[in-house]
Amino acid sequence: MIVEEIMNTTVFSLQPSDTIKDAVQLLKKERIRHLPITNSAGEVIGLVTERDIKNALPSSLLKIHDEDIFYQPLENIMTKNIIVGHPLDFVEEIALIFYEQRIGCLPIVSAGKLVGIVTGTDLLYNYIELTGANKPSSLIEIRVPDVVGILFEVTKVFHKHRVSVLSVLVYPDKELDNMKILSIRVKIMNPLSIIEDLRKEGFDVLWPNMPGMNL
Amino acid sequence: MAKYAGHESLTKNAVFVYSDNQLGYKFSDTHPFNQKRLTLTVDLLNELGALNKDDIVEPRIATDEEILLGHDAKYVDIIKKAGHGELSNEQGEPYGIGTEDTPIFPFMHEASAHIVGGTLTACDYVMQDKVKHAANLGGGLHHGFKGRASGFCIYNDSTVAIKYMQQKYNARVLYIDTDAHHGDGVQWSFYDDPNVCTISIHETGRYLFPGTGNVTERGTGEGHGTSFNLPIDAFTEDESFLDIYETAFREIVAHFKPDVILTQNGADAHYFDPLTHLYCSMKIYKEIPRIAHELAHEFCDGRWIAVGGGGYDIWRVVPRAWSLIWTEMTDQKAPDGPLPATWLEKWQLESPVTLIPTWMDPNNMYNDVPRKAEITEKNYQILEKALYMIRSSQS
Repeated sequence: MIVEEIMNTTVFSLQPSDTIKDAVQLLKKERIRHLPITNSAGEVIGLVTERDIKNALPSSLLKIHDEDIFYQPLENIMTKNIIVGHPLDFVEEIALIFYEQRIGCLPIVSAGKLVGIVTGTDLLYNYIELTGANKPSSLIEIRVPDVVGILFEVTKVFHKHRVSVLSVLVYPDKELDNMKILSIRVKIMNPLSIIEDLRKEGFDVLWPNMPGMNL
Repeated sequence: MAKYAGHESLTKNAVFVYSDNQLGYKFSDTHPFNQKRLTLTVDLLNELGALNKDDIVEPRIATDEEILLGHDAKYVDIIKKAGHGELSNEQGEPYGIGTEDTPIFPFMHEASAHIVGGTLTACDYVMQDKVKHAANLGGGLHHGFKGRASGFCIYNDSTVAIKYMQQKYNARVLYIDTDAHHGDGVQWSFYDDPNVCTISIHETGRYLFPGTGNVTERGTGEGHGTSFNLPIDAFTEDESFLDIYETAFREIVAHFKPDVILTQNGADAHYFDPLTHLYCSMKIYKEIPRIAHELAHEFCDGRWIAVGGGGYDIWRVVPRAWSLIWTEMTDQKAPDGPLPATWLEKWQLESPVTLIPTWMDPNNMYNDVPRKAEITEKNYQILEKALYMIRSSQS
């Protein structure tokens, strides 16, 4: 999946000469936390986040009313040399950038111009879409040995029951090194006959587990 | 044993909508959805002496026009064709039929229209003030979508019935679904409708079909705040289930102020149910209708329609659970102690499992649940999240 499929294309941005007051109002009105700063050519030259603004403003507990601060240009508080992404970047790669660089948003730049923005919330939503149920379905979890062709063996059982698979996630088994966990979302309400067949084929079906339980 | 108390008066309190033609909704001999549970329930009520011939009314068959209140014309056409042998499994699949869950069977349109008609019959009796309450236990097919069958359900009788009551009687309807699966079909039908409130209590969709029914699903647009979801954890037991059910039901009904309550009474939250992982006993099936009955009188002048739903242990669970709806509805004392011996003798011969000989379950049905306290605590948090909006609007 590439960034242009998930990025927000309506981007709220300001210019370096705009004031802190402008930024405060825009963040509040649009309920956002990040503002790319662009020059008159539409190039990204900085970023102002909610935290930059909080740092700039006096504590709300102080009784000082220094209105001047609100009229300072954003230029004075923005972060320069920011990390940006491209519409053709892979979502998996930018997720890693978010994690490693500990950032909260990534302005997306193409042909020198700001064309979109991705935030941590967008990545979370993407995760929800990957792992959640957007069509009526049941989830089956299977522990399988980490060997070539195992997914084929498992999906043969689904094929036999003519059940459509909505999503498959594969992740490492935390307990056993040479095993993987398959988490498969299938479009079926009664998975019992499939589970029975999976067990007959020797697969370790973790869930649904029958009364006996292992939470 | 409680005796039927209806013949002293001409005006009845309740009707039981049923006829053998509801048994035509049948996928195959091995399919878990098996309407033999209706036969077993009616027979149990008969043996108990709790169901009189004149309590029973014939379900009518729903007209196409009525079914179209909840479904697309194209879909109804497909179902008709499928039931008349004019459709392959492959052609049916985009419409959710011809699958392992919802196979094609002869006359599936007619059988499904009888189920819908039964629920409409029940609605007419109640909304025309002929009776206070009515049950159509053949109904409750809550997974049916506008243009697609899902999870054993073809036409969604509750969706059609609610639309019908809105149109014909201008009613404000509260739908509460205690099936162990999320009542998705009904929820999505009224997701943006502020005049229909849906409540579903179900095992969390993390693993279980249909996967939806998160507490954050609250309705959309004008209907925001009229969908309630209470996804409870696998291994939830009676006490926590009933606490969630009664608290949510009472607060929501007081907030929404419906004209009529429609309850969906799937009986698959029981420990014995093969498709789900909740650990409830017959105790919840005694309490669910009791509280519905009480609230219907408190808020809706008694107007209460009960439909069936899931329930896949058709021998040990469903007949007892559904009999308790009828005894509650007719103000008969909830039966206790042993089941009628004649019933046990007759059906034990056919049942693949040993029948439970008493109305309530034995105490040692299962071993203690190790993380009971945490499960109860988590369910309670879900309850608070689900009710957050109406609680904060009151304070």
